[in-house]
Amino acid sequence: MDTLTLRTKRPARPPRRRPPSKRKRAVRNNITAYGFLCAALFCFALFAWWPMIRQIIMSFQETNLVDEPTWVGLDNFRTVVEDPAFGQAWKNTIAFTFLALICGYVIPFAVAIILNELRHARAYLRFVVYLPVMLPPIVSVLLFKWFYDPGPGLFNYVLDAVGLPTLAWLDSTDTALISLVLVSTWMNMGAGVLIYLAALQNIPGDLYEAAELDGAGIFKRIWNVTVPQTRLILLLMLMLQIVATMQVFIEPYQLTGGGPENATVTVAFLMYQYAFVYGGNYGAGSALGVMLMIVLLAVAAVQLRLTRDEKR
Amino acid sequence: MANTANTADTARTVHTTAKPEAPAETRKVTPPSAHRRKRRRRAAWADGHARTIVSPLELKSRWGTRIYWAVLAAVLSVFTLVFVFPLYWMVTGAMKSGEEIAQMPPTLWPENPDFSVFSDAWELFDIGTLLQNTLYYAVGAWLFTLAVDVTAAYALSKLRPMFGNAILGAMLATLMIPPIVVMIPAYVTVTDVPIFGWQLLNSPWAIWFPVAANGFNIFLLKRFFDSIPDEILEAAEIDGVPPWRVLVSIILPISRPILGVVSIFTIVMVFKDFLWPLLVLPDSEKMTLSVGLSQTAGAVSQNQIMAGLVIASIPMIIVFFFFQRSIMAGLTAGSLKG
Repeated sequence: MDTLTLRTKRPARPPRRRPPSKRKRAVRNNITAYGFLCAALFCFALFAWWPMIRQIIMSFQETNLVDEPTWVGLDNFRTVVEDPAFGQAWKNTIAFTFLALICGYVIPFAVAIILNELRHARAYLRFVVYLPVMLPPIVSVLLFKWFYDPGPGLFNYVLDAVGLPTLAWLDSTDTALISLVLVSTWMNMGAGVLIYLAALQNIPGDLYEAAELDGAGIFKRIWNVTVPQTRLILLLMLMLQIVATMQVFIEPYQLTGGGPENATVTVAFLMYQYAFVYGGNYGAGSALGVMLMIVLLAVAAVQLRLTRDEKR
Repeated sequence: MANTANTADTARTVHTTAKPEAPAETRKVTPPSAHRRKRRRRAAWADGHARTIVSPLELKSRWGTRIYWAVLAAVLSVFTLVFVFPLYWMVTGAMKSGEEIAQMPPTLWPENPDFSVFSDAWELFDIGTLLQNTLYYAVGAWLFTLAVDVTAAYALSKLRPMFGNAILGAMLATLMIPPIVVMIPAYVTVTDVPIFGWQLLNSPWAIWFPVAANGFNIFLLKRFFDSIPDEILEAAEIDGVPPWRVLVSIILPISRPILGVVSIFTIVMVFKDFLWPLLVLPDSEKMTLSVGLSQTAGAVSQNQIMAGLVIASIPMIIVFFFFQRSIMAGLTAGSLKG
């Protein structure tokens, strides 16, 4: 193919000129390719790769963005770890992740299974479940803030109307975190449902047929056909969900401000506070960011390992 | 009846699943012809659908049908209650007066629906400016991202330069670290871009540059370009068509579906983003809609907040209405095969 191309292009060239012209072509091809790539390389280098490296550098520095930064060794890490909010923030983030996994992982899968069985109103149900995902998060959050209001809020009214004790929702250390998880689940679960739904539609019907012939009931069919068939996507979504909940920010920012008594401070929110609320402690914020990066890389490594084993 | 209508496969299962008492019972009550018609009507929706966990025969059985309708009704009401009712409450809440909205028990429909609250909210939140800003950022991000990511994916997929795979790997690696984790160094970078020394705070480029650095877009586009056969491009090369013409005249027209997915993704992402615009666009004249709502919400009354939220939701709901297919395709595109 290659020689053919050359011959059609330059029929008069003698054959011994071919090797240098081939290299020249490769050089020219590379120049063109990097010409096409340069804009993306610029964006990635400055706004994706450099910040990651800079995060690590900044975690060992003290800087106020005006004076030259000074190297302070592990001081930032010490500050962060000694902060009483540190343990609380990790505990909250892990609790949030765990609760969000129960609400935002198991429920969407179950919902998707039910939706996939229905023969009517499928378009409506799919539209409706994804609607909150389309709304700007601030809309969902401010809407739920009103629902949670202990005075004229809808949730307490409903609880009262059905004879249950009312809750303090965002104002109590017991319920604040779960309240945030509920909002977060409401506004995000549609994406999970639709992804599972697409995965369920790829399962060949013969498998259910065969399971049924073997006398498997509905729950056995789910456990022995549906779950194994969607394993890869379930695994992937588990990791994505963990990564997503690690970055919870708008919920504590807008609903509780981290309170009551730090009950809803998440790691991402604490990072924000160090850098942009407590008078620009960028070093401490970066140190916390480095820790979060390590955790997320560990999650990603586990995911790569598991999916590779699974594909084999 | 059901046996003859179905394939041999499902016919075999009838012995294990069909309720023996059902035919006997109906035979007593109705003549065979009516019974047959009823059965066929029942079968109509159960067939003609990909086989799922529950078999068509199970659905067609007397109890199967009853349970099916009960589940359908339950799902419809729960979904409407959970996902639509909050939005209904938001819209009606906006139209209630200040006293009515705080009243216990609440009213299901506002006593005197008041539409002027929407224009009040428009002015209080300065939604005109906010919306204009957000649209400007979203459209700019869309065009810039397409230009940057399409050319990069084309180069990586078809021109295959040296270190192309390493570059792709480094781009995909950024997907493991969500942007929020590096918000502090990214913010510092924006205040003083290395080498160039630009100060991008309150500039739309603070949104556009990072949005274009999206590994997921590159991945989607490159995978699509990979599926375009090289022969077409080689033919063009023989004819002496320069690479950029190949991209514009051959690749882009074929890639319309994936371009749609990337476009919608980018626009929705910019519209929904909160933390990054909060950091880099602090000037109230430059704010995005989300940040503007958040900043002003504390200072206005509940019904005005709700009116603001209603207005802010409308653009995204419209986008969803018209581009539902692209959005749902994009949602499953990366995750299923990734």
